[in-house]
Amino acid sequence: MSRAAAQKYASRKPSKTVVTGTHFHMPNTASAPVVQVENLYRFYGAHCAVHNLSFSLAKGEVLGLLGPNGAGKTSTLQMLAGNLAPSGGRILIDGVDLLDEPLKAKSAIGYLPEVPPLYPELTVDEYLLYAAALHRVPKSKRRSACDSALERCGLKEVRRRLIGNLSKGFQQRVGIAQAILHAPPVVILDEPTVGLDPIQIREIRALIAELGKEHAVILSTHILPEVQAVCSRVQIVHKGRMLYADTLAGLAERLEVTSLVLECRQLPLLKELRAIEGVQAVEKLDSNRARLRFTAGSDPAEAIAVLAVKNKWGLRGLTPEYKSLEQVFVELTTADDSTEAAA
Amino acid sequence: MMAFTIAWRELRNLFLSPLAWVILAVLQAVLAWMFLGDVQVFLLNPNGVEGVTDRVASGLYSVISIMMLLVVPLMSMRLVSEERRSGSLVLLLSAPVRMSEVILGKYLGLMGFLAAVLALLTLMPLSLAVGTHLDYLKLFGCVLGMLLMLGAFAAAGLYMSTLTRQPLVAAIASFGLLLFFWVIDSFNAGSALGGSAFQYLSLQGHLFNWLRGRFSSADLIYYLLFAAVFLVLSVRRLDSARLRS
Repeated sequence: MSRAAAQKYASRKPSKTVVTGTHFHMPNTASAPVVQVENLYRFYGAHCAVHNLSFSLAKGEVLGLLGPNGAGKTSTLQMLAGNLAPSGGRILIDGVDLLDEPLKAKSAIGYLPEVPPLYPELTVDEYLLYAAALHRVPKSKRRSACDSALERCGLKEVRRRLIGNLSKGFQQRVGIAQAILHAPPVVILDEPTVGLDPIQIREIRALIAELGKEHAVILSTHILPEVQAVCSRVQIVHKGRMLYADTLAGLAERLEVTSLVLECRQLPLLKELRAIEGVQAVEKLDSNRARLRFTAGSDPAEAIAVLAVKNKWGLRGLTPEYKSLEQVFVELTTADDSTEAAA
Repeated sequence: MMAFTIAWRELRNLFLSPLAWVILAVLQAVLAWMFLGDVQVFLLNPNGVEGVTDRVASGLYSVISIMMLLVVPLMSMRLVSEERRSGSLVLLLSAPVRMSEVILGKYLGLMGFLAAVLALLTLMPLSLAVGTHLDYLKLFGCVLGMLLMLGAFAAAGLYMSTLTRQPLVAAIASFGLLLFFWVIDSFNAGSALGGSAFQYLSLQGHLFNWLRGRFSSADLIYYLLFAAVFLVLSVRRLDSARLRS
C-alpha cells in the first residue's frame, strides 16, 4: 500500500488506539533524540503489520519492544534498520531521514536481526574485519575496532575459530559484535537472547545493559523479565499497534503485586484473614493454601506473618504473585477495546 | 571502492568451498585430454591451410565455451540466493552500501574466479610456444572474446540468483536461460521473419568472430549490453526486496 493510502487509513481511524501519534515524555530531555519514528505504517497486502507507530529515543536509553509473536516487532526493527521500506511514515536516525539518505543514516545503525547474519565459513576475526570494512571503518582503525568488539562480547578466545563451528551462544555474540564494532549511536537487537542457555542469557543481558550507557539501544523480546532486567523504557505492541509506552518504573507500577499466596500447616478461618487491614478478598486454594487479594499500595504481608506466629498457623510460605505478561496484555487489550467501544 | 571490498571477500569465499576447486580440477583434466587429442591430430597433418593457433586453440575455446554453459550457473547460483536463505544478506542490506555496489562486488568476485579458470586453461595453448610459433594476437582475441562471453554468462547467473532462495533453482534457471540464448539462432533456418534478429541475439554467434580472430564492435557491444541488462535487473531486484521483505 502506498504512503498516501496509509495516511488515508490513518485519518480514517483517528482515535482507535490508546497512544496513537503522540510523542512520549522522555526522562532525559537534555539530549536530542537519536531515533525518531513518526507515524510508521507497514502493510503486507491488506494485512497491517505496523499501525501508526511513533516514538523517539535518546542516547543512554534502552528501549524494549515487548509483544507476543506476530505483534509487528520484527517488522518495526527491520524498518528501523533500513531492511524494509515502510508503507508510510518517517524514520530519523541522528536527524537523518532513513529513506532520503539511506547510506548516511545506515552508518549510524548497528543491527542484529533475528538470525545473526554470519558467514559460517569465515573465522570470527575475518568476519568482523569484513563487517568493519562494510561499515566504512577506516582501514587503520579496523583492527582496534574489532579488538574492542571482541573484548566486549567475550569472544577473544574464539577469534581464530570458524563461525560455523561455534555454539549458538557464541554465534549470537558474534552477531552482537558485528552490530557494535563501528560504534554506532543506535544499536538494534531483535530478540538477542533467543535460543541461549540461562548463563549466556545473563551474560548477554549484562552486555546490553553496558551498551545502553553509550548507545541508544532498541531490543525486541517477548520475555517480560528481560525487559525488567535491561530496559529503561518499554513499549508494548500488539497486532501492530502500540498499546502502552512508559518508563520501566511505570511498568513496574502496572505490575505491582496485588495478591499473595499464603501456605500454612494449618490454615486459619478465612474470615480471620479477611479481617487483616488491606485485604479485600480471600480465596481458598486447598487445605494448606489460600490466595489473598489486597488493595494496591498496601502490603499486608508483615501483618500476616505476625499473626501467623502469634496464632501458631505453622507458616510455610508467603509468596507475592507477580502479574504475568499475559495478564498485562489482557488488561491492556481489554482497555483498548473499551475505549474503542466508547469512541 | 566498496564494490572491490565485496568482490575480494566473494572471491575468497568461492575458494573456501570445495566446489570451486573441484570445478577447476575437473575442467583442467578433461580439457587437457581433449587438448592433447587436438595436438595429436594437428601433428598428423601439420601443413594444412590453417595454423596451429586456429586448429588447436580455437577448437579448445569453443569446447570451453560450451562447458561454461554449465560451469557458470554452478558458480553463480549461490551468490545471492544462499545469502538470502542463510540470512547473511542482512549484513549487506543494513550496511551503508549501495545495492549497485553489492551487485557489482558479487559480479566482480565471480568474474575473478572465471578469469582464473580461463587463465589456467590458456596455459595449455600457450605451452605450444615451446615448440612452435603462435599467433599471439589471435590467441588474445580468443581470450578477450571468452572473457566477454563469461561476463554475459555471469551477469545472467547473478540475476537468477537474486530471484530465488534455492541455489539449485537459480542454477537450473540460469542454465536454461543461457542455453536458450545459445541456440536461439537455430530457429532462423529459411525463415524470413526475424531470422537475422534471432541470429543477432545468439550468444554463440557472437563468439564465432572472436575465435576466428575477427574483431567486430557489434560483438563487443552485444556482450557488454547483455551483461549490463542483467546487472541492472539484479540491482533493481535487490532494491525491491527491501519493499517486499
